[in-house]
Amino acid sequence: MSNHEVDLFDIAHKEREEQSAFRRTVLCCGSTACLSGGAQAAMDAIQGVVTEKGMAQDVRVVATGCMGLCSRGPLVKVRTRGEEDVLYADVDAGTGRRIAEEHLGAGKPVEEAQLSLQHPFFARQVRVVLENMGEIDPNRIEDYIAHGGYRALRDAVTTMTPAGVVGVVQRSGLRGRGGGGYPAGSKWALLAKATSDQKSIIANGDEGDPGAYMDRTVMEDDPHRVLEGMAIAAFATGAVKGYIYVRAEYPVAVRRLEQAIRQAKRHKLLGKNIFGGEFSFDVEIRIGAGAFVCGEETALMASIMGQRGTPVLRPPYPTERGLWGHPSMINNVETLANVPTILRRGADWFADIGTETSRGTKVFALAGKLQNTGLIEVPMGITLREIIEEIGGGVPGGKTFKAAQTGGPSGGCIPVKHIDTPMDYDSLMALGSIMGSGGLIVMDDDVAMPEVARFFMRFCMDESCGKCLPCRAGTNEMHELLEALIGGRGTAATLVRLETLCDVVRTNSLCGLGQTAPNPVLSTLHYFRSEYEALLVPEGAHLAGLPGAHGAPGAPGAPGAAGASGQAAGERSA
Amino acid sequence: MSVLPTPGAGAPRPPRSPERPADDPRVALLTTQLKKVRYRADALIDVLHAVQDIYGYLSPDVLTTVADALELPPSRVQGVATFYHLFSFEPRGDHICTVCTGTACFVKGADALLEGVTDTFGVPKGGTKEDRSLSLLEARCIGSCGLAPAALVDGVIVAKATPERLVEALRTALATAPAAADAAEATDADGGAA
Amino acid sequence: MAGVNLRIDGIEVEAPAGENLMQAAARAGIRVPGLCQLDGVSVVGACRLCMVEVAGTPRPRPACATPVVESMDVSTDTPRLREHRRVLLQMLLKEGQHVCSVCVASGHCELQALAAELGVDHVHFNPAPTRLVMDLSHPRFGYDPSRCILCTRCVRACAEVEGAFTWGVASRGRDTHLVADLGDPWGEATSCTSCGKCVSACPVGALFEKGTSVGEREVPRALVATLTARRQRESAREVLK
Repeated sequence: MSNHEVDLFDIAHKEREEQSAFRRTVLCCGSTACLSGGAQAAMDAIQGVVTEKGMAQDVRVVATGCMGLCSRGPLVKVRTRGEEDVLYADVDAGTGRRIAEEHLGAGKPVEEAQLSLQHPFFARQVRVVLENMGEIDPNRIEDYIAHGGYRALRDAVTTMTPAGVVGVVQRSGLRGRGGGGYPAGSKWALLAKATSDQKSIIANGDEGDPGAYMDRTVMEDDPHRVLEGMAIAAFATGAVKGYIYVRAEYPVAVRRLEQAIRQAKRHKLLGKNIFGGEFSFDVEIRIGAGAFVCGEETALMASIMGQRGTPVLRPPYPTERGLWGHPSMINNVETLANVPTILRRGADWFADIGTETSRGTKVFALAGKLQNTGLIEVPMGITLREIIEEIGGGVPGGKTFKAAQTGGPSGGCIPVKHIDTPMDYDSLMALGSIMGSGGLIVMDDDVAMPEVARFFMRFCMDESCGKCLPCRAGTNEMHELLEALIGGRGTAATLVRLETLCDVVRTNSLCGLGQTAPNPVLSTLHYFRSEYEALLVPEGAHLAGLPGAHGAPGAPGAPGAAGASGQAAGERSA
Repeated sequence: MSVLPTPGAGAPRPPRSPERPADDPRVALLTTQLKKVRYRADALIDVLHAVQDIYGYLSPDVLTTVADALELPPSRVQGVATFYHLFSFEPRGDHICTVCTGTACFVKGADALLEGVTDTFGVPKGGTKEDRSLSLLEARCIGSCGLAPAALVDGVIVAKATPERLVEALRTALATAPAAADAAEATDADGGAA
Repeated sequence: MAGVNLRIDGIEVEAPAGENLMQAAARAGIRVPGLCQLDGVSVVGACRLCMVEVAGTPRPRPACATPVVESMDVSTDTPRLREHRRVLLQMLLKEGQHVCSVCVASGHCELQALAAELGVDHVHFNPAPTRLVMDLSHPRFGYDPSRCILCTRCVRACAEVEGAFTWGVASRGRDTHLVADLGDPWGEATSCTSCGKCVSACPVGALFEKGTSVGEREVPRALVATLTARRQRESAREVLK
């Protein structure tokens, strides 16, 4: 083996030996949610007792990534050689001390603080993208390698052909996890076909959907997985350069990724002649600056090139003309995070999970009115009911489930009558929503659907890049109409106008932001029309009581105000 | 023992100093950043981030300097700087309250949080108080949906916040000196060394 | 080079490869409406008024940016397209303050002409509140942002034909607006060469020559196209230097 190469086996072996020297390992979730809940104090307390009582040779305390059940954090898992794992929830400093003294010290788990790992929240999940979460220290490449990291890259580069790797991804049926669901293998094949010596792979970490934090968690808590996925993609498609575009609102993700890149370079897993072959690949981080629209492929590329993030016409597609005119491929972070495992365990293994047309798993950020909220990974095709009732533990406070929102500002709601829908790309589209990036917001009867629509329209209006007329002016106008409706100034004409605009904006907008901005409105109108109709006031109602106004619609002399709430009678329709 | 990073911690905010033309140390800091990106025009966004970190906001003078340094037309620099929401054209307050207005937080009452802060402190949404003591910003989603509704006070998360608790946290912050640059920073296990 | 044969509104058209549908339609005497397209500068496809239906594609396509393809079957003026254009025009009219009776471009305005042609004389949307102030700082020209439809023809003319890059687009969404240099008054924008190409490129009354009154804005509309074509021809010509 030349000194170019890294000996993965050696590193893995050494790491596993070191780790198994400890009889107990205390895995403390150090992801953002648990941190905000006091995980540092809990971990300090545990480490403190471990040191005090001389258990440091026996007990390894490590901060890991997200364990998933964010609503019950801080979470701590105690792993003892030869015994079942014990999971603790809501661990504060006091509980931490007790765990260290009673469980670690005296071998007696603290039952009151325990949470069963058989709970459906954990038992129903199938962890592929999240397989390392809660197991590895995200700051250490050795831990990633000890858990099988970079083996897929090594096998691809040393035993397969680029076309062969593309074939594996195609056969797996992996579809884009950013929301579009475009077959990943097809995109890879397109880039592979392009002739250029300056092809690039771009990981889309812009995750702008409010309520989604799947990609953030992967970037923060398993950054090497993203790098490995990108490197495999680069090998398969002939790319030489990689960019990870990260939202500026994710500074921890940026730091962890930068650290991972440094570590990978030091271990010769990035850079020139990886694994001693021809394949060379470099990765750079590019930071956003607060623009949801930069999640759109062409806007993202514009942003990487230091420009305004305004989408441009397609074709030409990025695989024909991408960064600086060279072919580029943009894959969502979660999509790339699937790749190492697909290579390691095989396309067929992956394709066996999920459904016919939606293979594999999906990571969801479960939030809203649910007992258990957090990050889950489930097989495609699992029903919404299972997610809400079993995994999520149902709607708390004696309320009832009303609807679940998927796809963020581009998506729609799934009402209770469709609670048995399988969660897969096509079923959700058939219901008027989309899979989206994975944000799954659960709502109960206290939530008013027109207000949900307004919330998302305000988001689209604020995030519209302003280049094309329908989106720039249309989202603004639709927002005003929703405001009027919710404010008790909307008439039947307002609703007609709103629906017309939905059609115009959806059909004519230049990019996906505008094209899908009407979706929350259309979806809530479809399933909850009565809520909108209950808001309506009669034509001319706003004129009642005004001097000189007759108050009745069509009355002669009634001023025809050019407002959303009413028009002069006899108006020609738009 | 590994050190956990502090959530929401951005780059350090420099202490405010009076304007000093020729020997302004910030000029040197900016030059370092420009050299780091090799004066490439496509690094404009990174440079603007650096300007914001160093100066606290983007002023016309510094933007002109950036345009010259990167050999970009001023209109292009202005276009990019005004496009992205994270860039500010006026100095921020000594303390910053960021209320998350993501979906989960919205469903759980982010509006009430915003109202609580605007009513109590008289600071406009998205703006800064007259006396520069406090800025109130909205974040699209800070990724702590399990802790909704969430807000940040000087980079520290107030989880499952109520208007009362948030106001309390702000009162405490306002009673202290402007947030120190290093308070919220944490290092990686790696120490950041190459 | 063989032409591309396609059908537009039932008429058989032969167009050279690389032409877009708007150009091809013009060969058949069909004028596809549009406000952001200008001969002599690049295509942006931003106004979305030129959308046409192409048989076999689910969504309408922007004619200014869609290249001709053999056997394409295009419809430029279906009732649905016309309806959408009417709504889009109303959205434009609602965004600014378009009061023709006091506008310098009245009678010479592409927006006005298009609205008249499509029968839009009523705006069913709330007017956007305008806080926009006219910029009369330039010695020769004026800019009225409340009449600006953000077509960016001026931005492109200034960048691509003059090379001054004075005009830029700032902010985003409904706050999008034009800026000269760093948001300076136009008269103080040092990059401006006062060439007037932006004024000639403007389809409405947002950019005008000072000293013109209502309806007096007559600009050499083909100026930018002429200059670009001339430059291309001359640079392709062998000339002794």
